[in-house]
Amino acid sequence: MPSHRMPSEADVISTVEFNHTGELLATGDKGGRVVIFQREPESKNTPHSQGEYDVYSTFQSHEPEFDYLKSLEIEEKINKIKWLPQQNAAHSLLSTNDKTIKLWKITERDKRPEGYNLKDEEGKLKDLSTVTSLQVPVLKPMDLMVEVSPRRIFANGHTYHINSISVNSDCETYMSADDLRINLWHLAITDRSFNIVDIKPANMEDLTEVITASEFHPHHCNLFVYSSSKGSLRLCDMRAAALCDKHSKLFEEPEDPSNRSFFSEIISSVSDVKFSHSGRYMLTRDYLTVKVWDLNMEARPIETYQVHDYLRSKLCSLYESDCIFDKFECAWNGSDSVIMTGAYNNFFRMFDRNTKRDVTLEASRESSKPRAVLKPRRVCVGGKRRRDDISVDSLDFTKKILHTAWHPAENIIAIAATNNLYIFQDKVNSDMH
Amino acid sequence: MFARGLKRKYGDQEEGVEGFSTVPSYSLQRQSLLDMSLVKLQLCHMLVEPNLCRSVLIANTVRQIQEEMSRDGVWHGMAPQNAERAPIDRLVSTEILCRTARAADGEHPTPELEDGSLQISASELPIVSSAQGQRSPQSSLWEMDSPQENRGSFHKSLDHIFETLENKNPSSVEDLFSDVDSSYYDLDTVLTGMMSGTKPSLCSGLDGFTAATPPPSSTCKSDLTELDHVVEILVET
Repeated sequence: MPSHRMPSEADVISTVEFNHTGELLATGDKGGRVVIFQREPESKNTPHSQGEYDVYSTFQSHEPEFDYLKSLEIEEKINKIKWLPQQNAAHSLLSTNDKTIKLWKITERDKRPEGYNLKDEEGKLKDLSTVTSLQVPVLKPMDLMVEVSPRRIFANGHTYHINSISVNSDCETYMSADDLRINLWHLAITDRSFNIVDIKPANMEDLTEVITASEFHPHHCNLFVYSSSKGSLRLCDMRAAALCDKHSKLFEEPEDPSNRSFFSEIISSVSDVKFSHSGRYMLTRDYLTVKVWDLNMEARPIETYQVHDYLRSKLCSLYESDCIFDKFECAWNGSDSVIMTGAYNNFFRMFDRNTKRDVTLEASRESSKPRAVLKPRRVCVGGKRRRDDISVDSLDFTKKILHTAWHPAENIIAIAATNNLYIFQDKVNSDMH
Repeated sequence: MFARGLKRKYGDQEEGVEGFSTVPSYSLQRQSLLDMSLVKLQLCHMLVEPNLCRSVLIANTVRQIQEEMSRDGVWHGMAPQNAERAPIDRLVSTEILCRTARAADGEHPTPELEDGSLQISASELPIVSSAQGQRSPQSSLWEMDSPQENRGSFHKSLDHIFETLENKNPSSVEDLFSDVDSSYYDLDTVLTGMMSGTKPSLCSGLDGFTAATPPPSSTCKSDLTELDHVVEILVET
């Protein structure tokens, strides 16, 4: 969905998230805004807009703030959005910037009362002498109004920048992780949180590793995982100890000595970790690969997929341009058979775990007209070059797809390309395979 | 590109480093990477708090290079007479480093490296070398300083960088608040509470705030006592 405004920094999308049914899709941007899209129900009357997403609500979630003590700005950029499971007619989501998490409630109003006795249509008090009989106000349909209100503000829990939030399967608690600490909150309590992981060294001079992402297990409310800048994953059990500094399991792949360089550690840093829907696997993204881990095997991942290995010889210039620090996200499809992640040049990649086939697709206005079929792209690394191939050196590194999301049940994906959101649907193969 | 095992003798410097055709020696590449990394750490004085993950990864890279250079016996105190020349030379080599990486298609080096702002921060590069230089101006190239000492003084420079990253008023404020996290949060509530109502003027107001300035005079009288508290802490009474 192209932005209607002039493209500006504030419109850059910083997070994308489907809700649990896939009916709603939320995006957050650098300007602190949240836009929610709703999927139109398929109907025979409008065959051309079957199941397409339209804007449902837009609101300002976070504002820029200034930390006087450190003389630093606190950005309003939305780092993450997580939906709460729906428990009544209202929808709820958590949105967070670097420091503060907010719980928003989204309600619909499609009826309004009419026929008051004391007030007229515009709300002005009636002249009582004109009132000759009493009437019961009736509810009349009105244009749908979506109201969003902040229900909770979870502030002052983090000294460092929040990188993840995750709602527990118990639907009562959630966790927030910053570079050095992870806190557990109760959704109804804002004035205190419980610190469950703290990797801050006694001496900051000894700091060599930070937390990069974290997530609760989808089914076991006592288990969560967090990833580090050194490429390790730690699975923690909250039942084992109050402070989960001792992991239950440590997942780490031994370094490949033949590939070792000064950039080895940087490219091993995990930028995203996601449990599979089944809860049996974890998906991680580091700079050049996505890896599937089996929770029962800590020694190494069970699958490794190369996202853009042709960048391995370019690491120095990517380090110089800071691109090597880009944090790409990854996603599972509903049946855990396909995984997806973004790359540069507005490319995104999908890997089928069963067939071992992969595809590179592009999210751009030129190559995607409505209802057009996406054409697979290819990056050539020298040697034979086909007609539509892109050479490595003409990749646009400013066009990065960091945020992607997959519908929980259907083959619908949401891709954030800078300030544009693309939603692709696989109409032919609507059912999961 | 930086595969270990590509050891060359120290002093095997390439002549005509400006030329496109010669590939810089491993030690030159390594030195350039070190310089680039130090510059990256220095260029963190932005209005927004720097990314801690990025800083930690860069600092780890710097440590790795330093450890390897120590093992190779090339981590030494720089003689003072070389200290002034070195930064400019090293600036050039950083450019060469990345030019080489794209030499295949003859792309021009990134203009960032020729930026004026980089020149200014380059003068801070000797932070590392001068710490070494004070020890022994006469030390020969091959004198192997004890690794612990090396690491110690090198760490001091890294620590300085880290402290600067952590907050803009290092040492004293950090010490004050290292154990008193809860009081920080209270202050934070006060201060962010003061700001929450002033969205439109935020950016214009920011221009007047520098690192040392106490919080602005607030129109809320009830916040004056908290302001006193803040000022008290800043002046360490």
